[in-house]
Amino acid sequence: MEHAPVVIQGLAYSFGSSQPPALDDLSAVIRPGAVTGLVGPDGAGKTTLIRLMAALLLPGRGSISIFGLDTRREPTELHRIIGYMPQKFGLYEDLSVMQNLRLYADLQGVIGSARQQAFGRLLAFTGLVPFQSRLAGRLSGGMKQKLGLACALIRKPRLLLLDEPSVGVDPVSRRELWRMVQELVNEEMAVIWSTAYLDEAEQCDEVLLLNQGKLIFAGPPRELTKRVIGRCFQIRNMSGNRRLVLANALQRQEVQDGIVQGENVRIVLRNGASPPELAALSAGPEAKLAAVAPRFEDAFVDILGGGPGGTSVLAAAMAQVKDDGLITVEAQGLTKRFGDFTAARDITFAIKRGEIFGLLGPNGAGKSTTFKMMCGLLRPSAGIGRVVGLDLQQAPGQARSRLGYMAQKFSLYGDLSARQNLEFFSGVYGLAGAKQKETVARMIDIFNLGPHLKVAARELPLGFKQRLALSCAVMHEPAVLFLDEPTSGVDPLTRREFWTHINGLVERGVTVLVTTHFMDEAEYCDRIGLIYRGQMIAAGTPDELKGSTANAQLPDPTLEDAFIELLHRWDDKSREAA
Amino acid sequence: MKDRLRRMKALIVKEFVQVVRDPSSLLIAFVLPMILLFLFGYGVSLDAKRLQIGVAVEDSGEEAASLAASFLASPYFEARISRDARVLEADLLAGRSRGIVVIANDFSRRLHTTGTTAALQVISDGSETNTANYVQNYAQGVVSTWATLQQLKQGNSNVTGPRLVPRIWFNPELESRDSLVPGAIAIIMAIIGTLLTALVVSREWERGTMEALMATPVGIAEVIIGKLIPYFLLGMVAMLGSVAIAVFLFKVPFHGSVGALLLTSVAFLLAALGQGLLISTLAKNQFVAAQVAMITGFLPAFLLSGFIFEIASMPLPIRGLTHIIPARYLVTNLQTLFLVGDVWNLLLPNVLILLLLAGALFFITARKTAKRLR
Repeated sequence: MEHAPVVIQGLAYSFGSSQPPALDDLSAVIRPGAVTGLVGPDGAGKTTLIRLMAALLLPGRGSISIFGLDTRREPTELHRIIGYMPQKFGLYEDLSVMQNLRLYADLQGVIGSARQQAFGRLLAFTGLVPFQSRLAGRLSGGMKQKLGLACALIRKPRLLLLDEPSVGVDPVSRRELWRMVQELVNEEMAVIWSTAYLDEAEQCDEVLLLNQGKLIFAGPPRELTKRVIGRCFQIRNMSGNRRLVLANALQRQEVQDGIVQGENVRIVLRNGASPPELAALSAGPEAKLAAVAPRFEDAFVDILGGGPGGTSVLAAAMAQVKDDGLITVEAQGLTKRFGDFTAARDITFAIKRGEIFGLLGPNGAGKSTTFKMMCGLLRPSAGIGRVVGLDLQQAPGQARSRLGYMAQKFSLYGDLSARQNLEFFSGVYGLAGAKQKETVARMIDIFNLGPHLKVAARELPLGFKQRLALSCAVMHEPAVLFLDEPTSGVDPLTRREFWTHINGLVERGVTVLVTTHFMDEAEYCDRIGLIYRGQMIAAGTPDELKGSTANAQLPDPTLEDAFIELLHRWDDKSREAA
Repeated sequence: MKDRLRRMKALIVKEFVQVVRDPSSLLIAFVLPMILLFLFGYGVSLDAKRLQIGVAVEDSGEEAASLAASFLASPYFEARISRDARVLEADLLAGRSRGIVVIANDFSRRLHTTGTTAALQVISDGSETNTANYVQNYAQGVVSTWATLQQLKQGNSNVTGPRLVPRIWFNPELESRDSLVPGAIAIIMAIIGTLLTALVVSREWERGTMEALMATPVGIAEVIIGKLIPYFLLGMVAMLGSVAIAVFLFKVPFHGSVGALLLTSVAFLLAALGQGLLISTLAKNQFVAAQVAMITGFLPAFLLSGFIFEIASMPLPIRGLTHIIPARYLVTNLQTLFLVGDVWNLLLPNVLILLLLAGALFFITARKTAKRLR
């Protein structure tokens, strides 16, 4: 009998007797010739499961076999037939592209004529031919990912394990990787792809959905999506404020989940519930309810018990700032040159009070450079950045005291407890005495940090880290909030909770500047600036951007489609000009 | 077998490319050794010469003047003469001088009066205990030489009492550089063997490359050997380079044989590499690995190897501890090889102990390392 690529039987794994099991009583079979998505919130056990399949960890109970090879008994034979790409790609940064390939070829025993063939095939396949002598550390994120894939593929593995290959990689690179993996899958090869992106999961042939170490669904994604058929709607043609409509909708019993999608609000109803009255949501007289096709994400949130409520206690506790329509954040011709390389060129935008402005763009396009100039962390070569009318070069301290900043990576002090972090950051922002005590107490109350106060911030569950980081950024009630990829690597539930707070704060008159790779996050923005090759190549509302790229083949493009199309157009235009 | 060799060769080549490309490895492997060598060769000296002292000549007699002149002439002192001790006290307080010799105003008189002792007061700065000792001892030396000369001058050729006749073996000039430079070479090899090795292995864990390696058919022994050979070679190159600099630049004599030097170095490097590998299997990030390597490798090589501080004068528990510090045996052997020669009945036992330590460290490392992430 032919062995299945992976057979998991009664698998359990724990990192220590005092810890809850990382994986619990898991059984599954993975079939050949398919991409199997390993999906689940952060900390669900995806990486642990992949490492167990690669025989890098041994099962606590139960067993895993790969094409009939037991991970416990035959790890060496098993390592000859798998290709494994770990989260950091497993590349040697001080080695060139070719040296990395040669190393892995030697380790995998690819020699003789097969060797040159493999190099030729993989370099062409990944488009790395022009970069053979470049150091791996100097490659862009997308190219590193391709090289990591090439190294994992050097011996044509029968099972390819990819651990979150698309984390921190922009949509263009993600799409390319996806296309490449699709080409690889055939009757001999099975691919396991772990991901936090649910749109990727939706395209997989099969998914394993993990939550808190348990397998809660296995099968084709449309099987899961079936459960929300007839329950997904968009509220369109609203004249009211869409953020308020969403908040109202989420307060209703019958609404299971909801998000902003450009001008519209998407809701998922509870099983058996009928749609809420639009008038009760203050959506305006013109508003219409349109049934839309369910997405994997809708089903995912549904099976996990629905999204959080719509009101932000954080925003409720903040003073309302009068909406005077003034411009609070402004970039005028911001330019940054590093030597003869221009990282950002003549970037100009203005954000009004109570507006969310998103900066989108591929890795290395100049988003972070622009962002750092706006925070006053980087001195522009030319141009001016202003926050609440204060020039970041003239009055950086004053300007920064008016803005809250949440960094891309977890940037709190991991060794300090949650409370110590709150006290430290409130002190840094100049709160003292009774006011400081009161603010810290309020944050603890709002974010339910009470049970976690003494825990070192590093040890907090991800959702609480996120809450703590947000509370540290808003304790001084800033007029402007800067968020740098705030929900990167965070699961959809935590992301919804986060955006509930942001929406609430914006309603209170806070201005938000956000960078993101997540298209559903971009949908929350009032306006988007698309940064590419150091320039702002397009700006507008999400719907305007989508509309500008609609054509006969793709009448209703997603924001990601629009994003990629706008980049292509820019490339074509600059090629013509050249 | 052929597969194994090819894989190990690939790993070794990779390691060398990394050393050459990575500035921090280059720094630790080449620049740091040079700095240490030059520091100990030119900068640090344990010899106390030209100590700043004050000589208060309160007596105006001829003997007092002649004694003061002896102090001025001594190579060990840089003496400032004054009539008034209080002026010199100010220097001592301010740290500009290390001691005061007071020739009291009745010195000459007492010298000529039988039945009285002509006392000299020597004040020294006890906040620097070693220097204070030097001041006392050198002062005593100056005075006793002067006294002998005085007696000879008076035609009293029959000087009584026992006399010390010092002969210093192996390093007749007592040139501290000659014993410091071999010690510095030991430190350099400890750095490369332990610190660099611990760092490069933990870096593989930190960057996730170890995880990728482990998912290939490479065996754990191959990974370990692939690390050992490059850093072993690097350590040997650093050792030979340092010895060459010591001999040709610093003119430190080398009385031993090259064979004995190689034997000692190989034994020590194995122990140091074993230690480095053990650290990196226990600490999987570079920061912790660097700390542990510093505390268990570099600092003991400095403090407990007998390189600077005499082991015999350490308290018993610390003396016991020095027996498991590989650098201790290397320092002894190197100093012997440089200054004395091939004293096999001293060198061999040390080499054997080093090999034993190396064996123990490799054994523990092999037990602790498995081809697993945890």
